[in-house]
Amino acid sequence: MEFSGFRVIKEALTSHKGWKALWRDPAPQPDYDFVIVGGGGHGLATAYNLAKTYQKSRIAVLEKGWLGSGNIGRNTTIIRSNYLLPGNQPFYELSMKLWERQEQDLNFNSMVSQRGIINLFHTDAQRDAYRRRGNAMHLTGAGGTLLNQSDLRKLVPFLNFDNARFPIKGGLLQQRAGTARHDGVAWGYARAADKLGVDIIQNCEVTGFCIKKGKLLGVETTRGYIGAKKVGVSVAGSSSRIMAKAGIRLPIETHVLQAFVSEGLKPTIPNVITFGAGHFYVSQSDKGGLVFGGDIDGYNSYAQRGNLPVVEEVIESGMALMPMIGRAKLLRSWGGQVDMSMDGSPIIDKTHIDGLYFNGGWCYGGFKAVPAAGITFAHLLATDTPHDTAAAYRFDRFNRGALIDENGAGAQPNLH
Amino acid sequence: MIIPHPLLGPRDAQEFTYLGDASLMARPDPYSESAEAEFCNYVYLRDNPAGIHRELWFHEQGDRSWLIITRDTLTHEILGAELVSADKLKAGL
Ligand SMILES: Cc1cc2nc3c(=O)[nH]c(=O)nc-3n(C[C@H](O)[C@H](O)[C@H](O)COP(=O)(O)OP(=O)(O)OC[C@H]3O[C@@H](n4cnc5c(N)ncnc54)[C@H](O)[C@@H]3O)c2cc1C
Repeated sequence: MEFSGFRVIKEALTSHKGWKALWRDPAPQPDYDFVIVGGGGHGLATAYNLAKTYQKSRIAVLEKGWLGSGNIGRNTTIIRSNYLLPGNQPFYELSMKLWERQEQDLNFNSMVSQRGIINLFHTDAQRDAYRRRGNAMHLTGAGGTLLNQSDLRKLVPFLNFDNARFPIKGGLLQQRAGTARHDGVAWGYARAADKLGVDIIQNCEVTGFCIKKGKLLGVETTRGYIGAKKVGVSVAGSSSRIMAKAGIRLPIETHVLQAFVSEGLKPTIPNVITFGAGHFYVSQSDKGGLVFGGDIDGYNSYAQRGNLPVVEEVIESGMALMPMIGRAKLLRSWGGQVDMSMDGSPIIDKTHIDGLYFNGGWCYGGFKAVPAAGITFAHLLATDTPHDTAAAYRFDRFNRGALIDENGAGAQPNLH
Repeated sequence: MIIPHPLLGPRDAQEFTYLGDASLMARPDPYSESAEAEFCNYVYLRDNPAGIHRELWFHEQGDRSWLIITRDTLTHEILGAELVSADKLKAGL
């Protein structure tokens, strides 16, 4: 079933009777060449790329719950490639380029909206840091414009420019950045992968690995044993739990990140805005809700909900930045398990167990990475060599002291 | 979360700073043959359990004592709080 404008009109005239389920609901086969554990954005994009880019077949995605029940359905949907460090920025720029053509690739409306992201600065030192970051972005062709206060006053006049403590001096704009529809991303990849023959098996939790003499033979699941030549684990906040079943300890702590949405409002916030003096970022969804968030709570958590101090802090930051939001009602808040790595950067690598591969440690920023993680993890699974743009995301960087620490915060996950 | 401080009674978790797994108190022996590898694991690797977790919290906005909190990471329920006393440090607990 192809989506097109013509199809939408035809269905509208025929009572929408022609729409079908977007993917099959197959029973698991006894074995596969590739098993991907975790049906989030990363797992689905990996399976899609294995089938599409690397022409592999006999692929399954095993998902504990239903598609989109993890972080892919909980995030604040910001996509951007405005990182600083060499190991990171080319990777996120690859992802940004893939976002730009994703809807054509997948024939699915993931509502990619390049509305631009503005990182505000409040001091001269921050301006210098953002100028440096902007230059790093230009080196990878990601673009980036330094705006001064009068540019900003035209673009986003509602900000609290003259805040006595944190006056807004300007911002770094990446115009190509923006947002995408998080569920739509999962559905789009699921549908495209399914069309290429990938079995997407929901309500199928991986409970263990079968490993003999250092070689992986398959996985134990709640729907029985499934044999596999290669297994790629991509389970975000559950990374440590699953890898422990293969006897592997990870440089990861699982934390909770909360997000918030207000009641629907008329269009007011044209882009994504981040506060430079507190942790707060906001955009407006197409339904009109202000979608915003801040810091992780800061302690280990698998609860998928957070506590009130962070709610208060995020909302205080929002009020400091744009006092007008004080009039809006908060509709919902929720939390997700984020796999915080020890340097704030991800891992896409083989393990010492033959046939077992790992993708994780995405912290609170793996949504934007979905397209590039899909292609680079699929590359690793298909060819046994790291993809050029993900070559820095190895386990051994911690032993070698080759950390990719954007914040310079050290091995303390709650500071990244 | 309310932390049951052994000396001060129930305190808001906001008064505390979180460090992480209480096993961090047991540092590797710097003079052992494999010290480099052990320190690397000590600094970077974590058990990160889903369930009961013993962890270090510092009462920064309070009496500045270090506590070991036993907490369920699946529910946030706090099951116990003890002071990190000198003898515990020595025993590496
Ligand atoms: C509140 C919040 C806001 C965020 N905002 C942003 C943002 O604005 N921009 C951005 O780039 N990133 C953001 N992120 C981060 C981003 O959402 C994640 O990094 C990313 O979604 C993780 O990859 P995923 O989609 O594959 O994860 P998930 O969707 O969590 O997928 C992992 C899947 O594995 C499954 N699983 C777990 N255990 C098993 C098992 N044993 N067997 C089978 N399946 C299993 C889970 O059920 C889950 O569906 C945010 C995260 C949160 C929580």
